Amino acid sequence: MSLSESSIYAELDKLALPYKIVEDLKANLKGVKITKKQLDTIIERTMEAYGKARVENCEAVGMVAAQSIGEPGTQMTMRTFHYAGVAEIDVALGLPRLIEIVDARREPSTPMMTIHLSPEISGNRDAVKKLAWELEETTVADLGTTSTNLADMTIIIDINEKQLIQRNMTLQEVSDRITEEIGYEVTPGEGRLVIHPAEPSYRDLLQLVEKIRAISLKGIKGIIRVVIRKEENEYVVYTQGSMLKKVINIEGVDAARTKTNNINEIAEVLGIEAARNAIINEALDTLSEQGLTVDIRHIMLVADMMTIDGEVKQIGRHGISGEKASVLSRAAFEVTVNHLLDAAVAGEVDELTGVTENVIVGQPIQLGTGDVELLAVSTSKKK
Amino acid sequence: MTSPKRIRKIRFGLLSPAEIRKMSVTKIITADTYDDDGYPIDMGLMDPRLGVIDPGLRCRTCGGRPGECPGHFGHIELAAPVIHVGFARLLRKILRTTCRKCGRLLLDEKTKTDYLRQIKLSQQYGQPIDEIVKNVFKDAKSTTCPYCGEEQKEIKFEKPTGYLEDGHKLMPTDVRDRLEMIPDDDIEVFGMDPKNARPEWMVLTVLPVPPVTVRPSITLESGQRSEDDLTHKLVDIIRINQRFQENRDAGAPQLIIEDLWELLQYHVTTYMDNAVSGVPPARHRSGRPLKTLSQRLKGKEGRFRGSLSGKRVNFSARTVISPDPNLSVNEVGVPMKIAREMTVPVTVTPFNIEAVREFVRRGSDNWPGANYVKRADGRRLKITDKNCAELAEALEVGWKIDRQLKDGDIVLFNRQPSLHRMSIMSHFVRVMPHKTFRLNPAVCAPYNADFDGDEMNLHVPQTMEALAEARILMLVQENILSPRFGGPIIGGLHDHISGIYLLTKGYRMFSEADALEILSKVKLHELPEPAEVRDGVKYWTGKQIFSQILPKGLDMTYQAKICENCDVCKKEECERDAYVVIRDGDLKCGTIDEKAIGAFSGKILDRIVKTMDVQTASAFLDEVTRLAIRAITHRGFSYGISDTDIPRESVAQITEIVLNSEKQVRKLIEAHDRGELEALPGRTLDETLEMRIMQELAKARDAAGAIAGKFLGSQGDNSAVIMARSGARGSFLNLTQMAGCVGQQSVRGERIMRGYGDRTLPHFLPGDRGADARGFVESSYKKGLNPTEFFFHAMGGREGLVDTAVRTSQSGYLQRRLVNALQDLEVKYDGSVRETRGVIVQFMYGEDGVDPMKSDYGEGVNVPRIVESVVNGGESK
Repeated sequence: MSLSESSIYAELDKLALPYKIVEDLKANLKGVKITKKQLDTIIERTMEAYGKARVENCEAVGMVAAQSIGEPGTQMTMRTFHYAGVAEIDVALGLPRLIEIVDARREPSTPMMTIHLSPEISGNRDAVKKLAWELEETTVADLGTTSTNLADMTIIIDINEKQLIQRNMTLQEVSDRITEEIGYEVTPGEGRLVIHPAEPSYRDLLQLVEKIRAISLKGIKGIIRVVIRKEENEYVVYTQGSMLKKVINIEGVDAARTKTNNINEIAEVLGIEAARNAIINEALDTLSEQGLTVDIRHIMLVADMMTIDGEVKQIGRHGISGEKASVLSRAAFEVTVNHLLDAAVAGEVDELTGVTENVIVGQPIQLGTGDVELLAVSTSKKK
Repeated sequence: MTSPKRIRKIRFGLLSPAEIRKMSVTKIITADTYDDDGYPIDMGLMDPRLGVIDPGLRCRTCGGRPGECPGHFGHIELAAPVIHVGFARLLRKILRTTCRKCGRLLLDEKTKTDYLRQIKLSQQYGQPIDEIVKNVFKDAKSTTCPYCGEEQKEIKFEKPTGYLEDGHKLMPTDVRDRLEMIPDDDIEVFGMDPKNARPEWMVLTVLPVPPVTVRPSITLESGQRSEDDLTHKLVDIIRINQRFQENRDAGAPQLIIEDLWELLQYHVTTYMDNAVSGVPPARHRSGRPLKTLSQRLKGKEGRFRGSLSGKRVNFSARTVISPDPNLSVNEVGVPMKIAREMTVPVTVTPFNIEAVREFVRRGSDNWPGANYVKRADGRRLKITDKNCAELAEALEVGWKIDRQLKDGDIVLFNRQPSLHRMSIMSHFVRVMPHKTFRLNPAVCAPYNADFDGDEMNLHVPQTMEALAEARILMLVQENILSPRFGGPIIGGLHDHISGIYLLTKGYRMFSEADALEILSKVKLHELPEPAEVRDGVKYWTGKQIFSQILPKGLDMTYQAKICENCDVCKKEECERDAYVVIRDGDLKCGTIDEKAIGAFSGKILDRIVKTMDVQTASAFLDEVTRLAIRAITHRGFSYGISDTDIPRESVAQITEIVLNSEKQVRKLIEAHDRGELEALPGRTLDETLEMRIMQELAKARDAAGAIAGKFLGSQGDNSAVIMARSGARGSFLNLTQMAGCVGQQSVRGERIMRGYGDRTLPHFLPGDRGADARGFVESSYKKGLNPTEFFFHAMGGREGLVDTAVRTSQSGYLQRRLVNALQDLEVKYDGSVRETRGVIVQFMYGEDGVDPMKSDYGEGVNVPRIVESVVNGGESK
C-alpha cells in the first residue's frame, strides 16, 4: 500500500527542517511509490542526518568563513581582464575582483550590466537592436569626425550617414542638441554640420571642439558599449558601464532579471537586501569561475557582516574593522596610535569580549572551547 | 590548578598632571645617567627607584629582582607647558568652538543640551558617536559668544603644534589657560569624559618618565653602555628643560626664551612620535632616525601586532620535513634529538609512581627518560647522570616531572603560512632516527607542503585541556573534510594515484607470491577466492587486491576520472574500465584513480568519512598509501626523455600544421593591411587582427598537440600518459608541449609586443606581426627552443613569477582583513550568529544551521542517497 503524493507532502511539510531539504525530499519522492513505514524511515534518517550536520554551538564560524575565502585567494589568478562569455566586454576577474567586492568600492573597475528583456521583444532581434541603441550613449564623436577650419574659425562635423541611420537619428536632431549645449547656431550642410562660434582665439576654439565631441546626444550616460547575445531562445543585452536606475525604467527591459555588477548601485536602487544578495552572487561567481569551491554559507556570512548596518560597509579599516567595539582590537589592526589617542580622549572602555583583546591581555578567548564553562557537581556525598 | 584571574575590562583615559606626579616614584632632574663608577645617578634617568635591569640588583622601590619588578614611573617637571602632538588637531577644534574669554562652548543652551542628549543616547545603545561630535564641531562656529558676547577671532593652526589667533602666536600657556576655563558640561558635548580627559591635560606640564625596564640599556662587549632610543630622547628633553629654566630665571630676552620653548616642544613632539609630517625626525648620532613611542607601537613589528598579538612559545621544534608512506596519516616522525629535548609534564600519583620513577631513573641521556623533576615545594631540579638514581628514589606523590617525548604522545604540527585551520593539526609521535620530521605524503595537501626543503613546526601541549582538544578536535583524521566545501582535502597524491591506477586498471593477474608481496604492508588475514586458476596456479586480479583494503559495507557507483563522457554510457561494459562499481567493499569493476582517492576529490574517502567514521577513513588512507607504493614498486615506474619520442611522420605532420598556420597568419595580416578585414563588434581593426591571429595559433598548437597526444595516447604504457590519465601529475598539455609544440607565449594576455619601438627583437623586421616575431614557439621542449623563442619563453615565465609574488602579498592582506572583520563571530546557543556586542548577524547560521564541514558538498542532507537506500534497499538495511 503506497501513499499518495499529497499525503507525503503533507507529512513532509510538518517537519522542522530547512525549506531546501523539504523541497529536496519532495522532489526525490515525486512519483516514487512508498509505504507509510518507508516514509517514516526516510523522515527519521533525514532528521538524523540533519541533526548531525548542524553547526555546533560556540563554533567560531566567522574565523572559518574568513579562512575559507582567504585561503583560495593564493590560488587565484591576477589577470585583471578576462573574457567572461562575452568576448567584447572586459570584466575584472580573479583576485582583483574579489578584493574589489570586499572593499565595497563605490564603482567597480569594470562596471557591467546584464539586461534581460520582456518576453514581447526578447525574441525579436530587430526590436532588441533598436532598444540597444536606445541604451548606448551616443556622443557627437561617435557620429563622425570633427575638424576645425582655422581660416574661417569654424568647426566642421562630418557626419557618417550610416551611423546616423543605425542610431535612428536625424541631422536636425543632432544640430538642435549641439545648439542647446553650446549656444551657438549650427548650419546643417550636406552630410555635415558647420558651426560658427564667436570664439576669438584658437585655444578657445580647440577647447570647444573637445566639448562638442563629448556632447551626449542619445542613450544613457555611462553606458559605453552594448553587445547583444543570443542565449537559449532569447536575446540578452550586455553593456559596458552601468546605470541601473535608468535602465530598469526603460520600456521593454525586464527589470526583475536585469542586473549589474556594481554592488553600491544595487544598494542604492534596490535596497540593502538586494545588495547582500549581489555580494553573495558576485563573490560566488568570481570564485567558481576560478574553479574554486567555497561553501555559500561562508560568503553569506561575509555579505551579512558587510550589510548589517543597512549600508554596504567595507571589510577593513574604513568599514567593519574600524567600527569595532574594542579599542585594542582596532589598534592591533591598523592605524594603531590614532585609535589609542581617540580612545583616551573619549574615555572608552574595552570590555575584552573579542579574540584579539584577550590574546593581547593573555587570557583564554571567549570562542569555541573557550566559551564553555563547566561546573563539576560531585556525585559522591561528602563526609 | 589555580583558577586564573580574569581582567574584566580596560578603561582608556588621559593622565592628569596630578596623577602623573602621584604615580611617579621620583622627579628626574639630571640628564646624566651613570656616574664615573658606573652607578646610576639618583634623580637621573636611570635612578634605581625606576626599576632594575642589572642582574643581582634589587629595585629600590619594590625590592623585586630583575624580571619580578615591573618598573616604576618617574616624572619630569616641564619648565613650560608644551602641546601633545597627538592631540594638536583636536585642540584646534576645541579652541575654535569655545569662547576665548569665558571658555564656554559656542552653542546656545538648547542646541547644546540637545546634542548632549543625542550623545548620551548613542552611548547607551553602544552606537558610535563620531558623527554627532563631528556635527558639534561644525555647528559651534559663532562669531560672538552666546554667553558673554565676546567677539571671537579666527584661530589658525600651524602644523604640527602651533596656533595663531589673528596673526598672534598662541603660546601653550595661553592655550592651556583657555582650555582650563571650559566647564565640564561643555566637554561632554565633545564626546569626552571630563573625569577621564580634561582638555587642558593635552597640554603637558609634567612628563611621565617610563621605567628603565621599558628602555633597557645594553652593555657592549667593550664595556661601553648603549642607551635605548627613548633614554636618548629623554636626555634631550631634560637638557633643554634645564636650559629653558636657567635662561628664564636669568631674565633672558623674550626671543631666546621663545626659541628654547620651541626646541622643548620639538623634543617632546619627537619623543611622542618621530614621524610627524613637517618635523624633521630626531636622529641618532649615526644618522638613523630614533624609534620613539609611536614607532614602538606601530606596524607589523610594533608592540601591538608584533609583541602582543603574536607571542613566542616554549616547547616547540622546527626542522625540515620528508615523506614516509609507512607512517599513518595521524602520525609524525620526530627525530630522536628533538624527542630528547622536548618534554611532557607528568604529575606523580600513587598509580603511576613506579612508571615515573623508571623515567627518572633513565635520566636525560637515556631515551625515553626525563629532563626535570619539580618537587612539591616548587623547586625544579635538572636530572643528570649523577643524580638520576637519587632523584628516582626520592620521588614522591605530588611531584611533577618533565618526561621526554615518546611514541604515542600527541603534538601539534604546523606549516606556515597558516592560511586555514588545517595548517595546524595534531599527530601522534613516532620517534625515529635521523634529523627530519617525517609525515605521510597524503597530508601534504592541507599543509600545502612539499619536500623541496620545507620546514615545519611542532608544539607539545602541556596541559590536560590542551591535550584533550588536540586529541578530539585537531587530529588529522578529524580534519579530513574541509570546512571550505564539505569534501575531503586529504588524499593520495602522485605515486599513490598512479600506483593504484596501475593495480586496478583492467584485469591484471597476480600470482599468490606477487599478491602477497603487494599486500605485505596491509593488515590482511587471508586472500579471497582466486579469480582464476590456470594450470593449477592461483591468480588474483588487481581489483581483488585493492578490495582487501576497502571497508566492508561500502557500496558505490560512479564514473572514474578517465571516463570520457560518451554519449551512451555502457556502464559495466565500459571499454576504458571507467565505470566504478563497489559492492560491500568489493571492487566489481572500474579503475581507481584520482577521483577516488586524490586530495580535494577522493570520492571513496569522502563516502567512508560521511557514512562510516573517521577511524575507518584514516585507516583506509594509510592502507591506500602503503598498498599503492608497494604496487608501483612491484611493477616499476620511470620516465625518460625517450618517452617523449614521436615517429618521424608525426613530426612532419606537426611541422606542416605549424607552417600552415603561420601562412594563415600572414594572410590575415595582409588582409588587414589591405583593409579587407572585418572588425568584430566593439573592437578596433588591430584588436580584431590580434584576436584572429591568437585563435589561429591556438588552433595550430592544439592540432600539433592532438597529433602528439594521439600517438603517445596510443602507447598505453607511457608513464607520462599514465600520470596524466590517472590524474597523478601533469596534463596532456604538458605532454604535447614536450613532444609537439610549446605554443604562444604571452605577456598580459596578449602576444608579446614589448621590446623596441615596432619590433620585439632585432632579429625581426620593423612592423613584423608574424607568428614567430610575436612570441610563438613552434619547437617542442624536447627539440629545444631557438634563441628568440627562448627569450620569449623567458618573458612569459617572468610574468608568471612576478604574478605569484604580487598575488601572495595581496591575498595575504585580503585574508588579514577578512579575519580581522569576522574573527569575533560565533554561533550562540540559540543558533544565531553574533559578534562581541551581541549584535545579531544571522538569525540562523547559513540560513539552515548546517555546518559546511559536516555537509555533503554544501547540502545539509544527502536526500537522494537516503531515499534510494530506503526504497531500493528495503527497510532491513
